[in-house]
Amino acid sequence: MNMLFPQIVAGLSNGSILLLAALGLSLTFGQMGVINNAHGEFMMAGAYTAYVMSSLIGGNAASLALALVVGFVVAGLLGLLLDVLLLERMRTRPLDTLLVTFGVSLVLQQVARDIFGSTGVYAQAPEALTKPVTIFGYSFPAARLFIFILAIVCVAALYAVLKLTPLGRQIRATSENRDLAEVSGISTKAVDHVTFFIGSGIAGVAGVALSLLNSISYNFGTSFIVQAFLVVVAGGVGQLKGAVIASFVLGLCQSAVELPTSSSIAQMSVFLIVVIFLQFRPQGLVAIRSRNLA
Amino acid sequence: MSNGIVQGIGSDKSAGAVFEKYRVWVGIVVTVALIFLMPAVLSGYSLGLLSKYLCYAMVAVGIGLAWGQGGMLTLGQGLFFGLGAYVMAIHLKLEELGPGQVPDFMAQYGITDLPGFWDLFRNPVVAVIGVAVVPGAVAAVLGILVFGRGVRGAYFAILSQALVAAFSVLLVGQSKTTGGANGLSDFSGFFGYDLTDPANKQMIYYICAFLVLAMVLIVRWIRRSFMGELIIGVRDQENRMKFLGYNPASIKVFAFSLAAMFAGIGGAMFVPVVGIISPSDIGVTPSILMLAGVVIGGRTTLLGPVVGTLLIRFAETQLSDAYPSAWTYIEGLIFILVIAFAPYGLGQAKDLWPWLKERFGGGAGSTVGDVAVVASEAKAVEA
Repeated sequence: MNMLFPQIVAGLSNGSILLLAALGLSLTFGQMGVINNAHGEFMMAGAYTAYVMSSLIGGNAASLALALVVGFVVAGLLGLLLDVLLLERMRTRPLDTLLVTFGVSLVLQQVARDIFGSTGVYAQAPEALTKPVTIFGYSFPAARLFIFILAIVCVAALYAVLKLTPLGRQIRATSENRDLAEVSGISTKAVDHVTFFIGSGIAGVAGVALSLLNSISYNFGTSFIVQAFLVVVAGGVGQLKGAVIASFVLGLCQSAVELPTSSSIAQMSVFLIVVIFLQFRPQGLVAIRSRNLA
Repeated sequence: MSNGIVQGIGSDKSAGAVFEKYRVWVGIVVTVALIFLMPAVLSGYSLGLLSKYLCYAMVAVGIGLAWGQGGMLTLGQGLFFGLGAYVMAIHLKLEELGPGQVPDFMAQYGITDLPGFWDLFRNPVVAVIGVAVVPGAVAAVLGILVFGRGVRGAYFAILSQALVAAFSVLLVGQSKTTGGANGLSDFSGFFGYDLTDPANKQMIYYICAFLVLAMVLIVRWIRRSFMGELIIGVRDQENRMKFLGYNPASIKVFAFSLAAMFAGIGGAMFVPVVGIISPSDIGVTPSILMLAGVVIGGRTTLLGPVVGTLLIRFAETQLSDAYPSAWTYIEGLIFILVIAFAPYGLGQAKDLWPWLKERFGGGAGSTVGDVAVVASEAKAVEA
């Protein structure tokens, strides 16, 4: 019991990091089949936003809150630009978007290197988040607790938008049946743009949040992106709950393996778990029923 | 338009037929002549660089088969490249050591007994077979697991990427037996030949060049065989193939494993050519960059991957030292512009003229379509 509790907490914390990184990805992949390799660089854009805000205003709660909003908008606009300029013309060949967005990620990394240099920088965190907090007698970094809460808030907000607003209805309609949505009077093109803006914006928020834990450099996003992809694959597409469950399960598995072995073995076993899992559910955890042949 | 590229023009028995019949022999003779010409015109240093490009070209030939023909976008060829390279590197390290000795880096960790997977590749025959069989077997197992359950498209691409990421992390993490982030380097010999001798470097260049030629011919043979039709069938209409009674998984596993073997052999030759193999040569980004030449050259063409890879690696050496920042932009823009606007790369060049005529000549709008129809009819008649 003594060993188990901190491990579960660490696993949930890892899971919430994965979830933040994968949430926007899962949204855009679910709707458009676009695997956005530049998603990690949108996170990087968010992280640098946090850095710029904290150096302009100083590391306090106001700068963090501002960074979350500005980071959302900056990354969202980058995503919107990407979708309008490139991805829109590639709707019929989603697999190719993987390589186009890889090119975008190379360019964005180099832009960051040219602007901010190639050495890592730190965004100064608000003082309250630099101290540990005590939960049930165990001390725990406040920043990780903040990220956990933020991940839950993001999921709840996205869920609310999807379920309760007219926009959300249009997004769900488009991802479930694009043609039917189109003939029902929904401009799927416009909905795609908005979805991409939101999905990329969430990457920006994730970047701001994760800058509390990591140093920020041009390859900030690359350390999260592969695992985030695995979450999307394991979670299945089209519904948020797949990504949520997959993030926490993989996070828990990772911390369970990591403790007795090492982080490299943990990463390998997460991969193996996903491959074995796909043997039973090739479409991922949650799959919308369709008449497509599996 | 893509039809014309993919299927090629069916052979007719007219004037061009004679040339068509001997074209491959002309191509082979010219290529062999070029291969023998290179050592005469290039310095030893440039020849070494060319050998390195050829190693990447081997990977590209395999990617052309798996991705261009088979539709499997593999972002993880670095894994197979790395497996082949590490098998070769382990063997070359053991060649230098007497029985019972361990490499320097292991000695620093206080390891006195060689790990089992090292000892396995002490035998040169096992090592030579291993550089192709180990990657091929790993690809086959992965393919059976993944394709067997109908996982494809982006899902497969992501899994291949995750696998190569995990592999490079594992190599770094298990530094006591793999050399970690430094990798394995400082090889003095290659199966008994001194690697510092220019004559032996030239021999290694010839091995690389003829391996690429052999791989291209193997792929050409497959493309023209029934298997080649099956591979394209699985790419374009997987379900229809299933209804016709074929098992798409086994066809895919075949193409993917062969591509992995080519990558493994490329990696194995990379070791004596470059003199070092480390996790940074095979990570996520290097693996995707192995696709760059295939993208430029044209994924569905036979020679495009080789030509594209040689071009882009040459450009890389020329530009990346002088303008490192600009080169990254160019690399990124290559992926963006070519994939978005000319997805068949240089292989599309021959469509340029009909396209221009259609666009600006007026009236001749049906040229491209006609060619494709004629081609498919010719194919149907042949069958």
